[in-house]
Amino acid sequence: MINPFEGAKLHDCRDAFTSVLEALGSKNTDIVAVCNDSVGSSKLGGFRDKFPERLINVGIAEQNMVGVGAGLANGGKIPFVCAASPFLTGRALEQIKADVAYSETNVKLVGISSGMAYGELGPTHHSIEDFAWIRALPNVPVVAPADRNETAAVIKWAAATTGGCFLRLSRVGVPDLLPEEHVFELGKANLLREGNDLTLIANGVLTHRALMAAALLEKDGINARVLNMASVRPIDETAIVSAAKDTGAILTCEEHTTFGGLGSAVAEVVVDQAPVPMTRLGVPGVFAHTASANTLLDDYGMSPEAMAESARALIERKG
Amino acid sequence: MTPENLSELANKIRRRDLQAVFEAGAGHIGGEMSVTDLLTALYFKIMQVEPQNPSAPLRDRLVLSKGHTALALYVVLAEKGFIPTEEISTFLQHNSRLNGHPNRMKVPGVETNTGPLGHGLPVGVGMAKAAQLNGESWRTFVITGDGEMQEGSNWEAIMAAAQFKLDNLTLIIDHNRLQQGARLAETNNLAPLAPKLEAFGWAVQEIDGHDMDQICTALSAESITHGKPKCIVAHTNKGHGISFMSDNVAWHHKVPNEEQYKQAMAELEGAMA
Repeated sequence: MINPFEGAKLHDCRDAFTSVLEALGSKNTDIVAVCNDSVGSSKLGGFRDKFPERLINVGIAEQNMVGVGAGLANGGKIPFVCAASPFLTGRALEQIKADVAYSETNVKLVGISSGMAYGELGPTHHSIEDFAWIRALPNVPVVAPADRNETAAVIKWAAATTGGCFLRLSRVGVPDLLPEEHVFELGKANLLREGNDLTLIANGVLTHRALMAAALLEKDGINARVLNMASVRPIDETAIVSAAKDTGAILTCEEHTTFGGLGSAVAEVVVDQAPVPMTRLGVPGVFAHTASANTLLDDYGMSPEAMAESARALIERKG
Repeated sequence: MTPENLSELANKIRRRDLQAVFEAGAGHIGGEMSVTDLLTALYFKIMQVEPQNPSAPLRDRLVLSKGHTALALYVVLAEKGFIPTEEISTFLQHNSRLNGHPNRMKVPGVETNTGPLGHGLPVGVGMAKAAQLNGESWRTFVITGDGEMQEGSNWEAIMAAAQFKLDNLTLIIDHNRLQQGARLAETNNLAPLAPKLEAFGWAVQEIDGHDMDQICTALSAESITHGKPKCIVAHTNKGHGISFMSDNVAWHHKVPNEEQYKQAMAELEGAMA
């Protein structure tokens, strides 16, 4: 089988986010949504219709949006602060640092349409720095789910856990990868495919591409392990060290700049604890050209074929 | 407490603040002297807080958005019983809870960590919104500096507070006319502040920020305008109570030498004689 997802239905993870949020909101009146006019793009219309007083739309004002979230948390609410990820993280970064991370408030930051989901709208609307920015802050776990089932599990986890977090969601359709009953555990990778020749580590919309690359490699007799690493901080050091020791090479792929994201986080663990050759795929430190999200991933060497090619080259570097 | 008692207490707090700045060799004494009367009135006349239960859900909230004047807040919190009074002598010392800017995880009574300007009012809007959603009557007070109002995030919050009709929110602008490097008028002159806030849909009152009668009246629940957030433009003096510091831009974060310290202390003590 070349493409394990041939004919698979693709799903927008935002739908899983809002359906879980609405279900949780009907049970717990402390759950509120805060947004910056982005009711439509955050798919909060259903939440607004069900709980109109609990949809707090501050208008196009992201700094205030995050501060308001922190204040709501001080008043006992459980705010899900939702906005397009570039504006949530970039515009309000100091509010995230001081009001959420440093003040240790129970604010759930939900970055919508992250990565290069906005494709042709260009680099102003891309959010390929957010892992690096938020990962540098204490107290705010960074999580990028790979499909609708993991998204649902992550939202349930966030609502049930006291403390801030940054949940990085896409709008690009992805197939189902994890079981419907999946339970999210912070800092735990999911082993999606066993293998001993090298390990592919991905998250978000890249995870299914990694599985496709692994299927291509299998054709050449290369057995790739595939780890879904939704939790970028804290990161699953045990799984990374095992991958390094068992497979001798690690290839990371992410919808993010190669400066400071998932690949960097994995490399930090590898360098400190189990040095092996690595290749870090991602956006190579440039502002993207005009193209759709999926085309941009292809253009930056993250088509399944190109990922498989990078994997073959990486295996050549094994000692 | 009567206004006279409050003024006496504020004088005591100023003296303790002055001593701590002198001993620590750092602090923001100008802005601390200008905000002390406001803090004293809030904690000893207006706000319902429980020092033994600092996270009581129905407590009133204060956000000191001008977080660089944390020392004044620490002295007030100590007087109120949130922290031991003797702990003030640890201000800025290695591993002290009393950092140059307040930390809610370390200092009971601090609601949110401030320091970067323009953060407190958005957080206050969220607090007031939470009380409104819960149908609870606790109030939220935010103190900003006047220079701080140059931060755009404040105006985002000002718009939202009016839109949400947060009449349980009071913004107090410590209008001492000076910012770190120069006078407000020479930098980015926001004055007059009152008409700007009124234009944004707030109920605004201008007071003498060192007159306890006026402060207490303006902060009282009876003075709230139904459906509108309230702004008190408190006309104050940076370095208030100390002649050579008062309204002098040099004293934003300058530390008095021993001679200046003695003179300043004598002036504050003399004011109570």
